[in-house]
Amino acid sequence: MANKKRNTILFVVLSLGLLLMFFASISLGSVTIPLKEVFTSLTGGQATKSTWEYIIINYRLPKAITAVLVGTGLSISGLLMQTLFRNPLAGPDVLGLSSGASLGVAFVILGAGFLPSFLSIIALSSYGIVLASTLGSILVLFLVLWVSQKLRDTMAILIIGLMFGSFTTSIVSVLSYFSTAEQLQKFTFWSMGNLGNLSWTNIVILTVCVGIGLLLSVKSIKSLNALLLGENYAKSMGLNFKQARLIIIFATSILSGAITAFAGPVAFIGIAVPHIAKLTFQTSNHTILFWSTLFYGSIIMLFCDIVSQMPGFDVTLPINAVTSIIGAPVVIWLLVRKRNFQ
Amino acid sequence: MSQQLRILASLKMKNILTTSNLNIGYKSKKGVTTIAENLNLSLASGKLITLIGANGIGKSTLLRTITGIQKPLSGNVYLNEKNISAYKPLELAQNLSLVLTEKLPPSNLSVFELVALGRQPYTNWVGTLTPEDIVKVNEALALTQITHLAKKRHFEISDGQLQKVLISRALAQDTPLIILDEPTTHLDLLHKVSLFKLLKKLTQETEKCILFSTHDIDLAIQLSDEMIMMTPENIVQDEPCNLISNGNFSNLFKDEHIIFDAEKGKFIVT
Repeated sequence: MANKKRNTILFVVLSLGLLLMFFASISLGSVTIPLKEVFTSLTGGQATKSTWEYIIINYRLPKAITAVLVGTGLSISGLLMQTLFRNPLAGPDVLGLSSGASLGVAFVILGAGFLPSFLSIIALSSYGIVLASTLGSILVLFLVLWVSQKLRDTMAILIIGLMFGSFTTSIVSVLSYFSTAEQLQKFTFWSMGNLGNLSWTNIVILTVCVGIGLLLSVKSIKSLNALLLGENYAKSMGLNFKQARLIIIFATSILSGAITAFAGPVAFIGIAVPHIAKLTFQTSNHTILFWSTLFYGSIIMLFCDIVSQMPGFDVTLPINAVTSIIGAPVVIWLLVRKRNFQ
Repeated sequence: MSQQLRILASLKMKNILTTSNLNIGYKSKKGVTTIAENLNLSLASGKLITLIGANGIGKSTLLRTITGIQKPLSGNVYLNEKNISAYKPLELAQNLSLVLTEKLPPSNLSVFELVALGRQPYTNWVGTLTPEDIVKVNEALALTQITHLAKKRHFEISDGQLQKVLISRALAQDTPLIILDEPTTHLDLLHKVSLFKLLKKLTQETEKCILFSTHDIDLAIQLSDEMIMMTPENIVQDEPCNLISNGNFSNLFKDEHIIFDAEKGKFIVT
């Protein structure tokens, strides 16, 4: 099979690409560290300067790991939604999941002042933010699902997503009107997206959430393949549709909810990456798509992170701006290039 | 001798699906809408059975009810002597496969992959195809004469070919009963005839029972073993020649301009 050979080559290239990007992301940054010293620090050795070691272990390594988690999680969540909604434009940001998560976080960060102090401490802890953001995205996803049952029109679902986006923006502006400058700053920084703010504890929480999401996605591979023929065919082939849909929805919500909580609403990765995977692997088989989306997601996110670091310069761009600048043209290019947009 | 043969034949013609005193229709807030009452149909193996009736008469409701998608108002549907409502989704998928009218969602599926999805009721939790599954898929492709299309994408082929692919998928599902909803719509005469002949051939070669709804009554009269005819008054199941001699066809359409010519076996517009 020619396809099999091509897929193997692609996967080898992608694995090498991932390794390369991972080291590039650790080696590059506003402080120049020689490559040899990077390896020494990573393998547990003593670097020439202790600051270099500190930067690598406590700043760059967690950031690179976060980039991989965010990239894979968002891309897989986009892949699941594109198949579930039979819509190539579905993704965590387009469907308003990120908006839902933002709303949850906005309530927690901006609204914490209204709570008694002991509750606001709990709410503002990383667990509280993750919970709020996951709940927010689950809420939107159920809303989207309810609408999709009523209307059976995929266009309507996208419009609901857009509407929810503007709804969130206005609620956030109402909340920000009543909140302090400090709270507002915290929320604004969160909403710009940031991969570098995570402590090792946070990374463990994020890894667990993304891990659960990915495991549920792997469990859904067979259902997703059945859903390629639409809901009714899938049912006729023995799929327990309600259960499968619930698992897929829970997986996407926990992925995009947890990621949005820690890294902010990162745009365009969720919608663009699955298409790049589908285009290069020329398949709809979710076993292959799952792994290729996983690789592409992490590689592209690491790349965006490197760009946002602006190696050699003293400034850092917000990650959300970088993913949008790279992602939006990719989506447009895909739409224009492919008449039959799968 | 001839009696023995007949007994043998009747044993071979096993009933796959039967209905007993089945009432079909809808329940809504406004009340109950009954579409047909007291149905006692039987679908036997090796038979090509067509379901005919005017638009809006309730063909889809009947199909939805006997495939277990919709609950009957009363009465029962038995698939292999077991009540269809007692089937688990997976078990049902191993006994009944469908070919639907709905458009397929956009995807990159190749013809082979699409047909292979029919093996889902038998594959493991990630859907890996065993060598046995691949044999079944290739058999299904060969039976529908689309082996040469296997590598094409499903959106690259014609409507007639796609219909064959969908039938092939149902064959790969390896069920004793296949139900198709208006498979001949959108096809020209040539492809309609070839599809009818294909279905006929499949029932003869595989001993499966195939039931499908259609508006191509002329072809159905010529090629089906039995017909289920729906009119506002009743639903009858019989062989086409009996339906003609009993004059059932003149009740099919309530229009003075459409007359059934019993000798030619077709409808004439006056």
